[in-house]
Amino acid sequence: MEMINLNIDNKPVVVLKGTTILEAAKSIGIHIPTLCYMKLDDLNIENKPGGCRICVVEVKGRRNLAPACCTEATDGMEVSTHTIRAVNARRTVLELILSDHPSDCLVCAKSGNCDLQNMAHRLGIREIHYKGEQSTYREDTSPAIIRELNKCILCRRCEMMCNDVQTVGVLSAINRGFNSVVSPAFEMNLDHSVCTYCGQCVAVCPTGALTEVDQTGAVVRALYDPTKTVIVQTAPAVRAALGEEFDMDAGTLVTGKMVAALRRLGFDYIFDTDFSADLTIMEEGTELLNRLKRHIEGDPTVKLPILTSCCPAWVKFFEHYFPDMKEIPSTARSPQQMFGSVAKTYFAEKLGIKREDMVVVSIMPCLAKKYECGRDEFSVNGNPDVDYALTTRELAALIKVSNIKFNSLPSEEFDKPMGESTGAGVIFGTTGGVIEAAVRTAYELYTGKELPKVEFEELRGMEGLRKATIDFNGLPINIGIAHGLGNARKLLEEIRSGNSWFHAIEIMSCPGGCIGGGGQPYHHGNAQILQKRQVAIYREDSNKTLRKSHQNPDIIKLYEEFLGKPMSHKAHQLLHTVYFDRTK
Amino acid sequence: MPKIKLAESAVQTIKEVCQKFGNKEGELINVLHGVQEKLGYLPAEVQEVIAHELTMSVAKVYGVVTFYSFFTMIPKGLYPVSICMGTACYVRGAEQVLHEFKRQLKVEVGQTTPDGKFSLSCLRCVGACGLAPVVMVGDKVYGRVAPLQVKQIIAEYHEGGVTQAAKSA
Repeated sequence: MEMINLNIDNKPVVVLKGTTILEAAKSIGIHIPTLCYMKLDDLNIENKPGGCRICVVEVKGRRNLAPACCTEATDGMEVSTHTIRAVNARRTVLELILSDHPSDCLVCAKSGNCDLQNMAHRLGIREIHYKGEQSTYREDTSPAIIRELNKCILCRRCEMMCNDVQTVGVLSAINRGFNSVVSPAFEMNLDHSVCTYCGQCVAVCPTGALTEVDQTGAVVRALYDPTKTVIVQTAPAVRAALGEEFDMDAGTLVTGKMVAALRRLGFDYIFDTDFSADLTIMEEGTELLNRLKRHIEGDPTVKLPILTSCCPAWVKFFEHYFPDMKEIPSTARSPQQMFGSVAKTYFAEKLGIKREDMVVVSIMPCLAKKYECGRDEFSVNGNPDVDYALTTRELAALIKVSNIKFNSLPSEEFDKPMGESTGAGVIFGTTGGVIEAAVRTAYELYTGKELPKVEFEELRGMEGLRKATIDFNGLPINIGIAHGLGNARKLLEEIRSGNSWFHAIEIMSCPGGCIGGGGQPYHHGNAQILQKRQVAIYREDSNKTLRKSHQNPDIIKLYEEFLGKPMSHKAHQLLHTVYFDRTK
Repeated sequence: MPKIKLAESAVQTIKEVCQKFGNKEGELINVLHGVQEKLGYLPAEVQEVIAHELTMSVAKVYGVVTFYSFFTMIPKGLYPVSICMGTACYVRGAEQVLHEFKRQLKVEVGQTTPDGKFSLSCLRCVGACGLAPVVMVGDKVYGRVAPLQVKQIIAEYHEGGVTQAAKSA
């Protein structure tokens, strides 16, 4: 590999040929400001349209300033990153961007988390010298995502996520010049498009142009309604990220503090989605074993590989793009929906209240969960199983507004019975976790033997596509894992062409899985944050005494008292679902 | 946008154009040119078929259609009226001429009259600056057009006194 030598701010640096000025500078600790640029290391996600021109630097012998993010470093190059010319150009560029941006920062949903606001602060902008026309676009509200394009700076990060990473292809830059805007085809609303609500556009948006639908107000009203019993469930990935909103290091586990905060917010029962993740494994694992048995017995009608169905964005994705294969995914509902369904039947009966008097709130790392809980099939007589799905960020906002000192809260325990969970439920929060949890249970149910080791290192990691073979006592089970819908698409096309090698595949829409969900604290392009959350999830798992879903005592009790056995008639009614062809 | 159902023959035409360019995403602009030439315009339904044939997202197709002013989603009128807004024409009163066309035809730039006869557009310099301000109807060029003449020009086409050049456009 060819190495080149250059000077940046009079410091010598040696880099591989092909490295950009930006990366070369970073390697010696010089951080050139960027705005549209974003790179998530190890996930192969990069946005460098060279559009915003904030990263311009001066290169000796070059007439114009060079955008550092997309200019290759060359041998002997002499780069200055903060000459008066470069700094002034940067400030001018930013002022021009700001001249077409609403100055409503004080009341913007993104305030405090906005890359544009931070850049204005970093570059010391005190006045906008340019007064010109302001963009006026209508606001677009969908079940999960709000588009407020007056705040769009055309960085194209969302477009890159939607097209290159997720291959959903809803968003594209349209029109020309001042009228340019990122939009679905024919400027239709998001809820008329094939958007999966994965929320990765929101996760990377530098401004308040793309945000989630805020439901904190509705939840507060429910909490203060004396006629309602309000129950909350928390998804596994939330506990590994919520602390970041309170200035804790990424990867800090705040499970106990989160429970304490929810109790102080006034929820009547603090339960855990990890409980229903264990329940999902009982149903999905049984379904996997049933299909495997039929396959071994030579039943030609059996559909393999089985695909996980926990992720609502993934479900909507295959309903739009692969409706011909809608019989392949597991029919098991997601943990969020299983929880709602069990809460409003089993637990409501225990409390002796009607489902209409119970409000189920879920705290999710996800935006698609907002859409999922509104799907018609998940309500009974117009009463949804899950009433509101808040994101990790919305929960943090609620805690802050309620004057709860999160950092000094004691560690508290979930309530019983739907707060009991095993380590298998916890790892649902990361890519590879659902299938590992399924393997832990399916192995023991199939072989009748205890697993010598519950950790399956071969299923873990951050590679977009992974595969492994697990030995079920002489029966090799081929497992695939995909995170990011573009990776999922590859596996689905293999299945469609009849060349799939797999018996079971786990799919999560978001890069990294739920830890990288669209409702999590913003990572601002730092992929290490996702890595640390993943480590935290596995740490939580290894801290648990029970690590396998079928060992969860309250799940065992739920089957004994209420459901019968996995895949029973009642389980089918409450815990399984059907999928729809959305191409029509 | 009113939803129309494409005729089977139109779908066939689109598929043939796409095939001619190997159904390649990279040939999108050529495909759009080809289809617009055959069908006259590129409504949403046409773009959907193109996106499907080229295995790309319809948002990207729409992005390209809206980027280039040559592509249109509105059917052009039988007599497309173009007013030159180049510098020479502009300073000699093209804007007043345009205003008069808008008033007479009751359409905005980029629109077509409900009877499908006239569509109105602006263009930049037809290379006849000596005749400024210039108006084109189809391929026929009108020079030194004053607002007062606009009514008469329109009338030419209403009465059927159409030159062959304008008709073929």
